This record gives sequence, C-alpha cells and structure tokens, in this order.
Amino acid sequence: MKKTNQKHWYDYLWIASLLYLILGFFNILFAWLGILCFFIPLIISIVRGNKAYCNRYCGRGQLFSLIGGRFGLSRKRDVPRWMKSKAFRYGFLIFFFAMFFQMLWVTGLVFAGAADLRQVVTLLWTFKLPWHWAYHGTLIAPWMAQFAFGFYSVMLTSTVLGLITMILFKPRSWCVYCPMGTMTQLICKARHAGEKNSDKSDFVTEK
Amino acid sequence: MESVRKKRRKARVDETLCVACGCCVKVCPLGAIAVVNGLYARVDTARCVGCGKCAKECPASVIEVQEVEV
Repeated sequence: MKKTNQKHWYDYLWIASLLYLILGFFNILFAWLGILCFFIPLIISIVRGNKAYCNRYCGRGQLFSLIGGRFGLSRKRDVPRWMKSKAFRYGFLIFFFAMFFQMLWVTGLVFAGAADLRQVVTLLWTFKLPWHWAYHGTLIAPWMAQFAFGFYSVMLTSTVLGLITMILFKPRSWCVYCPMGTMTQLICKARHAGEKNSDKSDFVTEK
Repeated sequence: MESVRKKRRKARVDETLCVACGCCVKVCPLGAIAVVNGLYARVDTARCVGCGKCAKECPASVIEVQEVEV
C-alpha cells in the first residue's frame, strides 16, 4: 500500500504565505508577488481542469489548518448553512471582484496622474491603516506602488476574514467561500460540462 | 443458507455543496477519497472504513458517515 502520510515540498507552502504577509509589512512592493496566488490557480484550472491548487499548493489553506488545527485556535464548529450556499459563495465572488476592479481603477487613476499615491492599506474595504513605512522611495512608478498597496489590502483583508472564520468555525472555513476556490470550481464545471459523471479523477488520492 | 447482510460505516459526500478544497483527501489514512475533476470529492466505498476523519476535517461539513448495507 502506498504511504499516504508522506510530506511533500508543497506541504510547506504555508511558509511562503506567511513570509508574504511579513515582507509586505517591510516593503510593500513584495505585494506584487501575490498575483501568483491569482494566476497559478486560474491557469491550473483552465489548462488542467482541476483544483490542484486548492488541493495541494494553497499556502493560505495550510496556514489556517496549522493555526486552527495543530495549534488549536479554532472552535471547530460547522459553518452556518448560508455560508456554504451557492448564493453566498457566488455573491461573495462578485463582491470580491467588484472591490478588486475598484482597486485597479484607483491604480489607473494614479497611473493617469489623476490621483496621488496613498500610502495606506485598506482593511476589510473600510479601515485605512497607515503603512507608509513600507514604501521606500521613488525608484518605481507611483502606480506600481499604488497597485502594491491595493493588492496587499486584498490579501490582508482575506487573511483576516479567513482567520476570523477559522476561529469561529472549522480551521479551513475560508475555503468554503474563498473567491479563488469558487472561481476555479466554476471553471472546472465549465471545462467538464457535458462529460457524463466520469468516475475518472485526474487528481489521484495520493497526497 | 441465507446470506448475511452486513452493515458498514462509509463516508458520503454531499456533492452539491462540496467546494472541492481537498481537505478530506489530505486526512484520509487510506486514500479512499479524491477530488474528481475539481468539482467535488468522491469516496471510494471499497476502500473507506468509515473512520470519519474526512467528515471531521471538512470545512463545509458536507461529509457524513452513514451505515450502509453491503
């Protein structure tokens, strides 16, 4: 029988997720790396038609299961029924998208010179946190810094939301309403539409 | 002689609510559950012994261990 509890390199990607948040505290430009967390799952789901990113590589999910599971910082209760409903998951995806495009719009304004760079990180789309210590100069274009602040806001907001639901419910309850997870699942649905309930799983059971 | 019907405990996934995150796959000690095409998790009932680890782990709580006749 295959060994199923073997550790792989990708089981340590939670370190990358943690490092990302820390580095962005000292230099906001590291926030740009976060677009990997957007493009990799999308590319995998489009090209391969699976959720290998969620299933194997998502460092954020690993971080939640480590803090909530191993360190026990979770009540481990069931998520409320509405939270796993299609309506909420798709609604949150749309809301997240809208906020994302709003962020891109602000970046565009700075690029066009119609707005000044704001050295703040917006938490939960509402609270403006001072973050000027993470911005070190003028070597790069202001819009690039604006995008970094905006992107870090997205990442920090989703981490905070995930931590809250981690404490209240199961450790990885963020996965239930994660916009990337919902989006990649939708892509997989479209990719495999029409295939009659195939029992073939291209993502095998070995971890 | 009549055949004896045995009851066994098996995990069952509510595929309509599964988010295909794969948490169950990571904890299954027997490799009896897999995510099918990024759509939902599916239990290999031949391998599942109904230990319930997947049900406990599932963030959406959409896995149940049920008694089935085999």
